[in-house]
Amino acid sequence: MAPIATIHYLIVAAGLFVLGVTGVLTRRNVVIVLMSIELILNAVNLNLVAFSRIWGLHGQVFAIFVITDAAAEAAVGLGILIAFFRNKETVNVDEIDLLKW
Amino acid sequence: MQPVATTFFFYFLAALTLAGGVLVITRKNPVHSALALIIALLAQAGLYLMLYAPFVAGVQIILYAGGIMVLFLFVIMLVNLERSQREEQFNKQWLLGIIAATALGALFITIFVRGRAIFPVHIAAVAEESNTQEIGLMLYGNYMFTFEIASLLLLVAIIGAVVMAKKRI
Repeated sequence: MAPIATIHYLIVAAGLFVLGVTGVLTRRNVVIVLMSIELILNAVNLNLVAFSRIWGLHGQVFAIFVITDAAAEAAVGLGILIAFFRNKETVNVDEIDLLKW
Repeated sequence: MQPVATTFFFYFLAALTLAGGVLVITRKNPVHSALALIIALLAQAGLYLMLYAPFVAGVQIILYAGGIMVLFLFVIMLVNLERSQREEQFNKQWLLGIIAATALGALFITIFVRGRAIFPVHIAAVAEESNTQEIGLMLYGNYMFTFEIASLLLLVAIIGAVVMAKKRI
């Protein structure tokens, strides 16, 4: 088998990204949509760390910032979900249409 | 030093990551999805270790698998999901979504095949013993301003989450 190069990690990351996009576009449950967003962020992180193997540690530092963003996004997103569930008793994305004209 | 990054471990961890991802987006019960996501995140931490990034691997396990996923499980516990489990799990435009995602994947494959020469096979030697130290120096040196902005972002996120989850504002 061929030795593992950067391209292998990039292909894994691309697969994770596509899975995350599929989850965001097709699922109805908000919790699982948020988890799919985490998958997308993880795919980006894998890319950054794979490239940091070649071009120095900047990619790893940026991956840590992306993890920080993911934590903030999860906290605010789940807070919105709780506030919404209190009002409408549903977690389905297509029933969240208060602002729809 | 002899690299520990054997081919078998790479394919094993990559398969575990992708299988976890597939389970996340196909399971009906969100708790099962969360557990599959934890598996995927841990396998990805293994991939980080193979890339000689031990600090990022540790942060991944502590923050993602330990912090964010506990937050997810708490919210699943707070929100009553029994009704939504009996309903349709995929929305009406699921076919369109899958087509769009497949097009995106085809785009990635095209880029990787055509631009194979851009991604160098040569891998520089990385000092793995001082990885954490160097990242710390960079965080407090080059990336000082970004670090402060990240702390501000977390403060805003804390206040936002508290305000959202309050009973009466």
